[in-house]
Amino acid sequence: MVDHQDTVCFRTMRLRPKIRHTLKAYRSVGGYVQWERILREKPSPETLIEEIKLSALRGRGGAGFPTGLKWSFMPRNKPGQKYIVCNSDEGEPGTCKDRDIMRYNPHQLIEGMAIAGYCIGATVGYNYIRGEFYEPIDRFEEALLEAYQAGLLGKDLQGSGIDFDLYTHLGAGAYICGEETALLESLEGKKGQPRFKPPFPAQAGLYGKPTTINNTESLASVPVILEKGGQWFLEQGRPNNGGPKLFSVTGHVNKPCNVEVPLGTPFRDLLALAGGVSGGRRLKAVIPGGSSVPVVPGEVMMETDMDYDSIAKAGSMLGSGAVIIMAEGTCMVKVLANLAHFYAHESCGQCTPCREGTGWLERVLERILHGQGRPSDLDLLDNVAGRIGGRTICALGDAAAMPVQSFLKHYRHEFEHLIEHGTPLVEAA
Amino acid sequence: MSFRTAPLAVVHDVDKSTLLTPELRAEIDRHVGKYPPEWKQSAVMPALTLVQEHNGGWLTQDLMDQVAAYLDMPEVAVYEVATFYAMYDLEPVGRHKICVCNSISCMLGGAEALLEHVEARHGVAPGETSKDGKFTLKEFECLGACRHAPVVMVDQEYHECVTRDGIDKIISKLD
Repeated sequence: MVDHQDTVCFRTMRLRPKIRHTLKAYRSVGGYVQWERILREKPSPETLIEEIKLSALRGRGGAGFPTGLKWSFMPRNKPGQKYIVCNSDEGEPGTCKDRDIMRYNPHQLIEGMAIAGYCIGATVGYNYIRGEFYEPIDRFEEALLEAYQAGLLGKDLQGSGIDFDLYTHLGAGAYICGEETALLESLEGKKGQPRFKPPFPAQAGLYGKPTTINNTESLASVPVILEKGGQWFLEQGRPNNGGPKLFSVTGHVNKPCNVEVPLGTPFRDLLALAGGVSGGRRLKAVIPGGSSVPVVPGEVMMETDMDYDSIAKAGSMLGSGAVIIMAEGTCMVKVLANLAHFYAHESCGQCTPCREGTGWLERVLERILHGQGRPSDLDLLDNVAGRIGGRTICALGDAAAMPVQSFLKHYRHEFEHLIEHGTPLVEAA
Repeated sequence: MSFRTAPLAVVHDVDKSTLLTPELRAEIDRHVGKYPPEWKQSAVMPALTLVQEHNGGWLTQDLMDQVAAYLDMPEVAVYEVATFYAMYDLEPVGRHKICVCNSISCMLGGAEALLEHVEARHGVAPGETSKDGKFTLKEFECLGACRHAPVVMVDQEYHECVTRDGIDKIISKLD
């Protein structure tokens, strides 16, 4: 685990639970020092963006795109309104970190958004929070009120001539709105159906204006990067994989948890932090980055480190940092059927390969699971998955296809056994 | 997906002070104030959520039409939103909503057994409402609280690491 003086997004976690989300608590760990310095000294946004680039902060929502580079795409000096949008539509199965940032450290997100707005030339920001997050929404709204009252948000802040207004936008239950252009559609009061790119949001985003969308954890990392320096942040992780990162370790572990550890931490150490596999069982499989990424056999994971590049070498992706642990005895057909149901339910219906294909995947997996599979079904699954990937506007189609291909690659015998005998090879989870 | 950069605003021939209730209008106005003046429709989701809560947990076509008129939107644009997002109900529901997360971490944590238990013990399957009208049971996709699996959302509150006894207690406490 990160020593408490080196924590980033969980900087307030060591404070008393009753007060750690307040402005006073956040100030006690150095909060808003960077934002007030910016208001006072008005440093050039370029130097701040260079610092973020140096830190090698990569997007924490799942795609891992370098945050500093994303900010540099904004036409900062072009006249007209620009927007910074935070993606708190956390819904990737296995991921529950942004919820805790908003519950325990909401001010750091506010400060990160204000700094981001300054860097990209945006005077208005929206935090898009999923509608089910009643408690985090209340916490964030309370923090907004405190920040406004303290003169940290609003117009002509502390006499600097700098404006920054920040608002909460409420979702209403749609996984697809975590896709950044679907999120923008939703912010405009429409169905959350992703937009075709280009134009990218930096050219035409919210209301057709230049917009940057970042994940909650990415934005909440920003104040600490500016405080301690990009080089410091980079050194907490590995080259090209800067910083500590929040991991949500869930599934068959003794102590499911969110932990902040340096990128590059060995998986076996992370597993130990979560109390090891529950019931003293053997580790069977791991989905290392949220439900959309390929599954990795347990023995491979035990030799892998938790950073973007190492996990890519192991054949999967770090994604959102949601590490889903499966113990021996888990029926992989059942797990895949669960994932297929999720993507079929959450497909927005815009692109035919995804809308129809996810339904096919779900139905074929259901019939295999219920002992009615046909010998040709595995080829059918492979075929359908192959026809979704790369043929849709957004990545939800790929997210539905990738698990299918990886489960069939590593656990094909379980599917074959179920088709042949009508009963699972292993006891159900 | 749309290529428009301006909303398809439609001004309805209606006196807005007759729509919904004064309290709801004030609440909706608070949300409208967050967005550019020409983008009132950005407030459609919170507006529908507020109206639904005020109407006992579900939306009627008349209520959706009133939201459309209040926000200068075509009715169909409101229907599109109301049918797209999982938190809106377009049929009558029980006094409370019990939403059991069924996604992978909660499944590994025993969500399925929880649903089977509610069906066996209380005679309510997902999508159904109890005979006394007390609650509607729903299966929900990932609620984003996976470290507390299995998670159950009851109205606006998350319940964590819910056991069979736990869900029985939750149900017995509802009015």
